[in-house]
Amino acid sequence: MTAELVRGQNHPLSGTRLEIRVSAEGPVVAGATLAGANGTVSGADRVAHPASHRLPGLEVSRQAAADHRLAVDLDALPEDVHRVHVLLALPAGAGGPTSFGVLAAPFVAVTELDGAEIATYTITDLGAESAVVAVELYRRQDAWKVRAVGQGYAGGLAALLQDQGLERALETAAAINEAVTRGTARAVAPPPPRTAPDAAPPRPAPDPAPQSPAAGGGPVDYRHPRRATATPPAPAPAAPPAEPGQPPRPVAGDANGWTMDERLYNQVWGMFEDLARSAAAYRSAVDFAESRLEQELDKVLSDPATRVGPAADAARAEARARQASLVEQARAVLDRDLTQLTAEAEVVEHALPPAFARWDNPVWHGYQVPLETPMALRLGDLHLPEGTGLRIPMLVRLPLERGLWIDSGRPTGFESAVVDATELRRLAMETAVAHAARLLAVYPVGDFTVHVIDPAGAAGTALAPLLQTGALKEPPAAGAQGVSALLQRLTRRVDLVQMAVRSGAADSLPPDVDTAEQLLIVNDFPHGFDDRAVNQLRYLADEGPSVGVHLMMVADREDARGYGPVLDPLWRALLRITPVPDDHLADPWVGHTWTYEPSLVPAGSDVVRQVLQRVGQARQAYGI
Amino acid sequence: MTVNLSKGQGISLQKADGGTLTAVRMGLGWQAAPRRGLFGSRTREIDLDASAVLFAGGQPVDVVFFRHLVSDDGSVRHTGDNLVGGAGTGGDDEAILVDLQRVPVHIDQIVFTVNSFTGQTFSEVQNAFCRLVDETNGQELARYTLDGGGAYTAQIMAKVHRSGSGWAMTAIGTPANGKTFQDLMPAILPSL
Repeated sequence: MTAELVRGQNHPLSGTRLEIRVSAEGPVVAGATLAGANGTVSGADRVAHPASHRLPGLEVSRQAAADHRLAVDLDALPEDVHRVHVLLALPAGAGGPTSFGVLAAPFVAVTELDGAEIATYTITDLGAESAVVAVELYRRQDAWKVRAVGQGYAGGLAALLQDQGLERALETAAAINEAVTRGTARAVAPPPPRTAPDAAPPRPAPDPAPQSPAAGGGPVDYRHPRRATATPPAPAPAAPPAEPGQPPRPVAGDANGWTMDERLYNQVWGMFEDLARSAAAYRSAVDFAESRLEQELDKVLSDPATRVGPAADAARAEARARQASLVEQARAVLDRDLTQLTAEAEVVEHALPPAFARWDNPVWHGYQVPLETPMALRLGDLHLPEGTGLRIPMLVRLPLERGLWIDSGRPTGFESAVVDATELRRLAMETAVAHAARLLAVYPVGDFTVHVIDPAGAAGTALAPLLQTGALKEPPAAGAQGVSALLQRLTRRVDLVQMAVRSGAADSLPPDVDTAEQLLIVNDFPHGFDDRAVNQLRYLADEGPSVGVHLMMVADREDARGYGPVLDPLWRALLRITPVPDDHLADPWVGHTWTYEPSLVPAGSDVVRQVLQRVGQARQAYGI
Repeated sequence: MTVNLSKGQGISLQKADGGTLTAVRMGLGWQAAPRRGLFGSRTREIDLDASAVLFAGGQPVDVVFFRHLVSDDGSVRHTGDNLVGGAGTGGDDEAILVDLQRVPVHIDQIVFTVNSFTGQTFSEVQNAFCRLVDETNGQELARYTLDGGGAYTAQIMAKVHRSGSGWAMTAIGTPANGKTFQDLMPAILPSL
């Protein structure tokens, strides 16, 4: 049973070996004085404090801290000691708080050696005091008791010691303060303060903590203690004033965000949503016009009196005219929106950073290996049949949340007849390489590793740029053995990183584990895969993305039909994209079907090879 | 200048300077009425919901309410469900923004409704109001007071409809009963 004491209350102590635990909001000095029967302290040698931290039967810590443990052995105290006062004081100087009033109430617990609490006391109602007698242990008829005291002193340690009858109290107080300052200088860098920076441990003089002039002198500082003041982002570029009667001219980066990249990302998504909604308005107006036309024609037909004759013809013509006029109005509104969005897309496209830009964007010619991972990656373009000229960049967040499936099967869309199966496979692998190259290029050096499984060696030509520039560290895994070895390695990495993350021991990974993000390109699935390998692949697809292992399947679902529905979850876990334009992606707002077009290198362009060469050079320079 | 609308009163949404409105906000604010008697300080939470139904030629085409916060065409946006009302702040607790320029051409009426999702009648709410604000300059165009409204749980507030090349607003103020806008459909149709 723990006794929670209030001021003045006492409690018997059964044992004689005790610990006194102190916790305060900020660093405090803990000490103890030994007094005789009359309550006075006979000399400085009867004060335990940081400069003289050990007395017979009593030990205190040597520096200021937020938490203290004082060890007390009542039997070992000198015979003439009748009272032990445990005192707390705020370290003088060094910019800390100067009174207990601004800190949370300190807490003192008298415990057994095993930590079981005997009595606790929260020292409330402190104000301007900078030193306080927390508790008193005292002898009463050969038994010891503890009493909650809570007597504070605005005059600090010196006043406290003086009150206890100590001669030369001022010198002792000065010695304590000096020892505290030295102790702080010796201590390792304090952990970041848990609360306001004002409560930070006092620092030695040469390094005055950059205390801001606290606004109005208030004790609370609402700034994040560990974050350097973020420089406010440059304001978004202001759109030039629109000419009267004209829509405002679009500006790149005209969206919210802390960085230009984030603004562009948000702007692109804003354009995506606007186009989806404008198209929805148009489509619903057209649908409505159609259904109204049908209703009106039905009405004309259903009335025998007006079914034939000039009146009926006129009614039909009028209904058709109404439909046409509504569709025309809707088209006009859509055209207005399309014009505006096209103009915006035009300026935005030129402002995009490499990760968001098309391969034919000049920004790729000035490519530099980045120092940080961008927030998103362009996978391709999206457009709607209403406005085929307006391409919205399809940006996905990095690191990838799902793997990619580049479907080398027959496209379901309108271009299905154009390409034959072999050509499709080649295109699919080229698309995969273009995406992989882009990923390699936008990650900082050494932060992205690509592996390839190509069991039959069918993708040799497509992979050439990756191999020749050294972007691929090892040749593609071939044959069943190569496949299982590589899968085994990646599975192990997923397991180890997962374990490390779960146990919070990210720095204890074995040195051979590559902590870079991993991309596994699988060509010709399921050739070279046995059941075990298929299971490992599914495991990677499920568990990999959260620990930085991503899949890029280049596959035709038909080839893997032999596995039956067991692979359905695998396909569903991946984002399906196509090597040729195909309408299979839905937007998240209205659910239109969008035509996706992969981001491919323009024919005859060498930009990917150049970019990969830069990456290779940077890797060599970094020794990776 | 605010017009305190009465039932059936219509106002045109032409601006004083001749321009038409481009964006309006329908704001709804309320406070739970304290119960009388013992434990009178205990109030029950009241969840009122604002909804907007988009009509084309008398047929409902789209609805904006707390489960569908943006109309498909993006012209009508609900700012989000408020489950408890304001603590007497007087501001809008729920709001529906209408971008009149982007409303699809076939939509000719937008009807705003308020209903009590938790089932309390309007006699149990305090300081409930519904107002229409010109979103471009924050000017209040029309205001409707709901409290003391009697033993019904919903009200068809007002409609914004096409009139000529612009838009006009008509106050409706028909009481009804229902938990969500679906229950109100029969009550809405006569006022189209």
